[in-house]
Amino acid sequence: MTAPVFSAVLGRDLRLAARRRVDALLPLAFFAVAVSLFPLGVGPEPNTLRQIAPGVLWVCALLAAMLSVTQLFAADQADGSLEQMMLASGAGSASALSVAIAKAVSHWLLTGLPLLVVAPLFGVMFDLSGRSIAALCASLALGTPILSLLGSLGAALTLGVRNGGVLLILLIVPLCIPALIFGSGAVSAVESGASARGHFSLLGALFIATALLAPLATAAALRIATE
Amino acid sequence: MTDSPSAVAATDLACRRGERVLFSGLNLAVHPGEIVWLRGANGQGKTSLLRLLAGLARPAAGRIEHGLGRERVYVGHANALKDDLTVAESLMFLSRLHGFDTRAEAHEAALRRFGLWSRRLAPVRTLSQGQRRRVALSRLCTAPATALWLLDEPFDALDAEGVAALNLLLAEHAARGGSVLLTSHVALSLSSPEPIVLSLGEAAAA
Amino acid sequence: MTRPMLANLRLFTFASPPRFYVLAGRLVPWLWVVAAVLAGAGLWVGFFQAPTDATQGDAYRIIFIHVPAAWMSMLLYMVMAFWAAIGWAFNARLASMVARAIAPTGAMFTFAALWSGALWGKPTWGTWWVWDARLTSELILLFLYLGYMALVNAIDDTRRADQAGALLAVIGSVNVPIIYFSVKWWNTLHQGATISATTAPKMVATMLTAMLLMTLACWAYGFAVVFTRTRAIIAERERDAKWLNGVSS
Repeated sequence: MTAPVFSAVLGRDLRLAARRRVDALLPLAFFAVAVSLFPLGVGPEPNTLRQIAPGVLWVCALLAAMLSVTQLFAADQADGSLEQMMLASGAGSASALSVAIAKAVSHWLLTGLPLLVVAPLFGVMFDLSGRSIAALCASLALGTPILSLLGSLGAALTLGVRNGGVLLILLIVPLCIPALIFGSGAVSAVESGASARGHFSLLGALFIATALLAPLATAAALRIATE
Repeated sequence: MTDSPSAVAATDLACRRGERVLFSGLNLAVHPGEIVWLRGANGQGKTSLLRLLAGLARPAAGRIEHGLGRERVYVGHANALKDDLTVAESLMFLSRLHGFDTRAEAHEAALRRFGLWSRRLAPVRTLSQGQRRRVALSRLCTAPATALWLLDEPFDALDAEGVAALNLLLAEHAARGGSVLLTSHVALSLSSPEPIVLSLGEAAAA
Repeated sequence: MTRPMLANLRLFTFASPPRFYVLAGRLVPWLWVVAAVLAGAGLWVGFFQAPTDATQGDAYRIIFIHVPAAWMSMLLYMVMAFWAAIGWAFNARLASMVARAIAPTGAMFTFAALWSGALWGKPTWGTWWVWDARLTSELILLFLYLGYMALVNAIDDTRRADQAGALLAVIGSVNVPIIYFSVKWWNTLHQGATISATTAPKMVATMLTAMLLMTLACWAYGFAVVFTRTRAIIAERERDAKWLNGVSS
């Protein structure tokens, strides 16, 4: 009963993004610009850059994800599409959950996945070793879905609110901090030769917990916002 | 007519918006084959009532009972259309979303009814307000036959042809056992079946 | 679809804003007196009676502000999340108002804990701040309080604001156990728990007394402030209600 809702919403979002390709790539452009600011601000010393690289790349990915998530539900609420999506499959709780999951997945496919693809390039710019770059990709592979899930929760909570974008960042970034710590910590550990297994285990656990709980909370927030 | 099971029945319904109580003590029932025209002054809660019956919001008090197996179709004031999708894609999305008929023949018939077949590949942003309203209404054709239709100002922005098409659709729907509850600030030109007028101010106790 | 008739239960007799308004109004002066007396006693014992610490000298005495503030910051968050959730689940207006009233006080205690911790850290660890697990999660707690306050203030519809705030508060409550257990899970700079429910405390009796007195003082202060703020919120929200005009403040 919920699969049609999920696939309909996801398919539509991807199709809309394909028609506005420039808009869809803006988060990626932001990421590139933000990351490039650091060598300019901190200085080009390779050792320094290598040390700050994991944190810089992770923080910029976090900010890029947060900036692009503010519009996740706003357009649909404005034109009445969100109401229709909430009413699918009989206005039960299943529809809100399907919408929440579909939106988080579409956000990850359009923002998280491109970041994952582009990150190795910037890893090279920061002179990270090959193993570190692999660790970076692995940590982002686990981390960007967490960001999308929490971001969609924030977007649902701040739907239709004045200054919703800034408020969303204030609300959701504290919840993303554990993922940031473990994600960038994993890369730093690998860069310095230590084992990152602990970091990845915790990151994986965070991913599972967020994947199970965030959609439920997002669905509840959507119901609050559309009531 | 009143002893047949109703499509939807509300008892002692109360609706709150923010801190204000819009209405309370509302009783209404819509039976199969009926077209109910909900009237009331601006701000009395017509849209809120439709949303409650659609299931978008929970009432502050009272009960809503839906007839067994009755699908609901809610066409709100907003068209629920995305500018970048074509007419055909929009209809397909909304039909798929609600589990309505997604066959190509059904969609062609729906678009032809509202005179949109020639514009089926046009992006919604190129359409006029009236045309967009027609697209929004076209999904009524793909909905289940005996569904309850909750329509908020469906005649808005429609020209004479559009109004005629919608009137015909409403009459056919009522004839095959469907039910309609709609709001409209313009007088209905539909004559058969005769719409039952429900005044919100009288139906509610407040 | 009807809500349970909670008003009939004796437990919720004071769950109606008018009754709470009157009751709280009577209690608040006494709470201030209790808070002042306990604080005075606690500080006196802490600063004059308790012995000088062997390793830290007299700098440790900030513990009598730092620890109660930290406890209150975590406890108030859980209480706030609890009442917000009750307000959401049972549509109880007063519960939501109490949650909103708690938030600024909780934020203040969190800030006090962080600030006093920094003052303590400088002479003992040599640094104002360190990014260990407990400090970081306490900082996150401050952001959660501020985020809650920002969210409920940003949404104009009070009911929707209460509900969204309740959801946020409940989500953030997962952070409190993290703060509490962080010193056990990660071997970091911040010292472990000195007082636990199961083992005997490792502190001298007078220090313990002072800390408990200060904690109770913070409790009383917290009640006083939260009750006062709740009355203000009631007065603001129900300003059109007839019962308010007949009650003297």
